[in-house]
Amino acid sequence: MTASALQRLAMRNHPAYWAFVVHRVSGVGLALFLPLHFLVLGLMLEPRAADAFFRWTEQPLVKLAETLLVVLLAVHLAGGLRLLALEFLPWSDRQKTWIAIAFGFALFSGLLFLLAAW
Amino acid sequence: MSLRLYVLQRLTALVMAPLVLVHLAVIVYATRTGLSAEAILGRTEGSLFWAGFYGLFVVAAAIHGTIGLRTVLVEMTGWRGGGLDLAMLCFFLAVLVLGLRAVVIVT
Amino acid sequence: MTTDLDVQVWRGDSAGELQRYVVPRGDKQTVLDVVTYIQRRLDPTLSYRFACRVGMCGSCAMTVNGKPRWTCRASVERVAEAGSLELRPLRNMPVIKDLAVDMTGFFEKWQEAGGRFVPTSTRHDPIAVVPPSSPARQAADAGIECINCGICHAACDVVAWDPAYQGPAALNRAWTLQNDVRDGDHGQRLRAVASGSGCLGCHSMGNCARYCPNSLNPTGSIAGLKRLAVKAALKGEL
Repeated sequence: MTASALQRLAMRNHPAYWAFVVHRVSGVGLALFLPLHFLVLGLMLEPRAADAFFRWTEQPLVKLAETLLVVLLAVHLAGGLRLLALEFLPWSDRQKTWIAIAFGFALFSGLLFLLAAW
Repeated sequence: MSLRLYVLQRLTALVMAPLVLVHLAVIVYATRTGLSAEAILGRTEGSLFWAGFYGLFVVAAAIHGTIGLRTVLVEMTGWRGGGLDLAMLCFFLAVLVLGLRAVVIVT
Repeated sequence: MTTDLDVQVWRGDSAGELQRYVVPRGDKQTVLDVVTYIQRRLDPTLSYRFACRVGMCGSCAMTVNGKPRWTCRASVERVAEAGSLELRPLRNMPVIKDLAVDMTGFFEKWQEAGGRFVPTSTRHDPIAVVPPSSPARQAADAGIECINCGICHAACDVVAWDPAYQGPAALNRAWTLQNDVRDGDHGQRLRAVASGSGCLGCHSMGNCARYCPNSLNPTGSIAGLKRLAVKAALKGEL
């Protein structure tokens, strides 16, 4: 990437833009995960198949992927609440604070899940 | 995005906010106590509450996810028109059917 | 302040290229001073736009080191990281030549978004009394200092993705008029902006507010329009 292309990207290096990127990436990720999630739940028809799948999820890499999914869900929730407040309540000048709280909540959720899954 | 889709997107977001919060708590709780078909079915089978909770969740998520994905596709790929609408309808129906099927199976 | 400034300037239309100039640094030098130096001393064929030189007219905006800025108020000392400048025309508008862009489409969007004040009374009526402290007037006041420089329009990625999107400047204007109690076109204007190419297309990424040289907040204005649109939709008016 050329220096000037990097400079043009740097125009977007501020909290509100990062919040947008995270919201978009987490949203697309969750939407694509939904059908897979439902397919796995469908395994419950045959409890033994479901349990075999749960054993597969014990692997550290899968647990890490699950943690990422929890973080995506938490950050999309908290970021989405910020957007709802931004759009439907009077303007707040503390957007940076709300964004930090949203990211913090996502991190907290991920850590909580990791602890639970340990 | 039409005004109708916009309102639907925000409305489903509002509906899902408390549902996601509870879902996150359930995820952590279920993981903590150990994932097994028995444990999950023990919680959900025959429960009208969880059937309603996750039924509503599936419908809202299917609507919300489809509208969001459509917006991203329109903006970042330039895909518009009938083909996009058809593809989005298919995605919506697939998520809805798979989701409701899952709810029926576990409750 | 004796060192020289390495300046790359966009030359030609959209298919042009960067050309290098060396400009001596000066005390309290602005980016516009640099462009003017090049045009007067080094290359008289360089095209660019400016008028007031004091941040009033909104005609000298360019892309400076990747960021849209009003060049007359951008000090070289502050914006030239590592002693170099890269000057390009504003984004999201067709390049006419060098640093001058065609702003026709930009201003057409103001009309599309109902940017015209529609009076409800004539000069024969008494002057309207608008309390400065009323919430509507305060909302309008927060957005009326726009100088039409096009910086927010150039900064916005939704404009880049959807050529039909009305953009932060036009929508900010629409919001100030929706809050003007003397205006008689609120219904029509709301219809004009309540679409995906209007206020509903905004993702609150905030580039507009971040780069507005007058510290306006088009993101907040657009959120206000979304509220009006949803309120009208719930009442069955839209």
